[in-house]
Amino acid sequence: MLDLVWLIPAFPLAGFALLLVAGRRLGEPRSGWVATLAMVGSFAATVGVVVDQLSHDEHHRRSVTTLFSWVPAGDLSVDIGFLADPLSLTMCLFITGVGALIHLYSIGYMHGDTDFSRFFAYLNLFAFSMLVLVLGDNMLLTFLGWEGVGACSYLLISFWFTDPANASAGKKAFITNRIGDWGVLVAMCLTFFTFGSLSYVEVLDATDAGQVAESTATFIAVMLFVGAIGKSAQFPLYLWLPDAMAGPTPVSALIHAATMVTSGIYLLTRVNPIIADAADWVPSLIAWVGVGTALFAATIAMAQTDMKKVLAYSTISQLGYMFLAVGCGAYVPAIFHMVTHAFFKALLFLGSGSVIHGMDGDQDLRHYGGLRKWMPVTASTFIIGWLAIAGVPPFAGFWSKDEILAYAWNESPALWAVGLVTAVLTAFYMTRQVVLTFFGRHRYADARPDEVVAAWDGRLAAATANLDDSVATVEAARTGRESAVAVRAEAESAHASAIEAARSATSGDTADDASDPEVLAQAVLAAEDAVTAAVMAVEVAEESLAVAQAAHTVAAADHAIVIAAAEGRDEVPALALDAAPDTDDVADHLPDAVAARADHHPHESPWTMTLPLVVLAVLSVGGGIMQLPFAPSLRFLEQWLEPSLFGNEVHLGLGAGMLWVLAAIAIAGGLVGIAVAIAAYQRRRIDHRVFEQPLLADAWAIDRAVGDFMGGPGRAGFEATTTFDERIVDGAVNGVGTSVRRLAGVLRRFHNGLVRTYAAGAALGAVALLLWFLTRASW
Amino acid sequence: MEVTVAWYLTLGAVLFTLGAVGLLVRRNPLVMFMCVELMLNAVNLTFVSLGDDLGDLGGQVSVFFVLVVAAAEVVVGLGIIVAIMRRRAGATADDLSVLRG
Repeated sequence: MLDLVWLIPAFPLAGFALLLVAGRRLGEPRSGWVATLAMVGSFAATVGVVVDQLSHDEHHRRSVTTLFSWVPAGDLSVDIGFLADPLSLTMCLFITGVGALIHLYSIGYMHGDTDFSRFFAYLNLFAFSMLVLVLGDNMLLTFLGWEGVGACSYLLISFWFTDPANASAGKKAFITNRIGDWGVLVAMCLTFFTFGSLSYVEVLDATDAGQVAESTATFIAVMLFVGAIGKSAQFPLYLWLPDAMAGPTPVSALIHAATMVTSGIYLLTRVNPIIADAADWVPSLIAWVGVGTALFAATIAMAQTDMKKVLAYSTISQLGYMFLAVGCGAYVPAIFHMVTHAFFKALLFLGSGSVIHGMDGDQDLRHYGGLRKWMPVTASTFIIGWLAIAGVPPFAGFWSKDEILAYAWNESPALWAVGLVTAVLTAFYMTRQVVLTFFGRHRYADARPDEVVAAWDGRLAAATANLDDSVATVEAARTGRESAVAVRAEAESAHASAIEAARSATSGDTADDASDPEVLAQAVLAAEDAVTAAVMAVEVAEESLAVAQAAHTVAAADHAIVIAAAEGRDEVPALALDAAPDTDDVADHLPDAVAARADHHPHESPWTMTLPLVVLAVLSVGGGIMQLPFAPSLRFLEQWLEPSLFGNEVHLGLGAGMLWVLAAIAIAGGLVGIAVAIAAYQRRRIDHRVFEQPLLADAWAIDRAVGDFMGGPGRAGFEATTTFDERIVDGAVNGVGTSVRRLAGVLRRFHNGLVRTYAAGAALGAVALLLWFLTRASW
Repeated sequence: MEVTVAWYLTLGAVLFTLGAVGLLVRRNPLVMFMCVELMLNAVNLTFVSLGDDLGDLGGQVSVFFVLVVAAAEVVVGLGIIVAIMRRRAGATADDLSVLRG
């Protein structure tokens, strides 16, 4: 069965190839099932190999299966070979096992996506790369997998690449990881120069036999640590992981929580003899970077409102625990926590995916609340994941975290104290997330603050428009009245002149045809009628002016009321824990989206998504069985991993009583975190805004500072480099070309095409040579 | 008066000079070609004379090489000249300067 180790990565590779060729034809959901079956096959192969390994005694559990020679180049000879030992097989077990569950989950999650089969092709390619990373029997093959998972991570983060934000998140992850990869490359070169080989078996056996200088081991270890920092998202190269949440949630669960980000810890555990031979400050550096990152990321997770961002910072924090363990020489607890973390963090991510799926893509914690009513399976499994990560016994996370804290105490109480504070914060932010998501008031139908503001703006705009209308009406009425008055004045003057004309005709001053008294009398009567009509019109116009003015007064009063109400209204809180925002005053102006949300309540996910949740929940409950601290015979993981650790595992020098005390303190710390979060978010005894500091929500402003630096002085530096390249480097190259052209321009005049000139030249040259020979001969 | 090797060498020098001057001053390609032949044969004469004088067979062997090369050169050169004359009757060497830089 050991000969079949190659089957483990072969299954996902075959799945990838099949999906690449026939993915579109298979379509949904068949391509998802193909990918899932490939992972199940891989898992079965792993189990077979593990069973076979168990039948050997523990010193023969390391076997190398060489497939073929990959890079035979002079002294450097690298094979494609797989190293099956307890460490790599442990990794394979949870990569394929959790991977298969996440593949199954993705069939439901990616339902309806136009690129369904492309997604599964990438997932299988990722699984293949990850398995090559852990199974590779030499550093170069591991590096191949290392780059492969990086590329797949890039492809999957930017899976929905039509959104520029997703595309740039993928680029950010890829570029940040390049810095770490540089460290791995340097370490690899140095390993080859020191040992003349990249094979783990040769390198580690030689190191274990003490054949390497301390300074060399120190340098290799530090460079590998740089690589591990990049891949496992530790300070200061963690910046890419929160952005990586732009990818689909199963990707976050598989790559950015359970598997790929743990490869840094795997690599350091793999080369444990080198770390053991390195200077003493190297393990301390690893431990302090780890615990510092753990605390740092936990503080940020407290104030995040994006459900996946909370989990992303939580992952960074938990990875920090694993580095703390590696730095304390506690490789078994590191791997233990890696495995339990793979269970419960995959569970939490998949649960959050299920919530996001049920909420139609909304990731904002503030919009959830009380979701356990609609999502009972998701809620109960998520709660198990929460208890596991919060360190509540007997869930899996308690055992592994407690073990790490015990080793930290063994190393230095300061490390333990920071780790304990992190544990309290972890319990706090996870409780906050659970309470905000599954408990409390249903907030999904609430009007959001921006919507309320928009509604008020709408109401204000309506009142203002009304006021403007009334002003225009008043103006029009006033104009009408003035023109009526003018008409009346004209009529009166016409009337007066008609009377005048009649009077002068009666007195007989003139004697023409027009001055017929009958006609004149009639004109006077008509003018009188016109005056009466004009007076009536003026009265009507004044009446309508009065009406318009009254309407204006009403509109102005209404406007003033609206302004006063808008100014005096309560600020809509970003997180409305107590009651829905009061929108009675602006109910007519709310966007249609609010009503649409109220009609369409959240829903539970299909069985393909809930089944993995249930399985992972079971593992999160019982995962601690792997390594129970009560008796040496119950430490199964430690016994199993022992051959891979070359006896470099630190042994606890603490008595049982001390361990009980430490465990009690850790449990109490976790409960305090949970209690505070419940007091703030469930009982509302404490104002939750105390914990959600803007600086924390902004991730200590580091991401922005780095961006500003790179955009400002950094960019100037890059541009200076470009200028140097264009002017100096290119200038030298182009300068050579230009001077050759100039010289050729001079020389071409001699090439005039006349044969006889050439002949003359040859003759003159011959004569000159002759002269030279003759004069030389004479000396 | 005995005809010593100096006479042959002098004749060779004169023939070579004639050929060289002819090559430089004449423009007819065919004549220039004949001048080249003259120079080659002047050298051949020198080779044979010195070879005889010094009792070294190498001089005569060199002549064979020169003759073979000259024959090959005549074939190619005459071919080129005939081809040129077909296209541009009466062309001189100075007219054939299309390869001017």
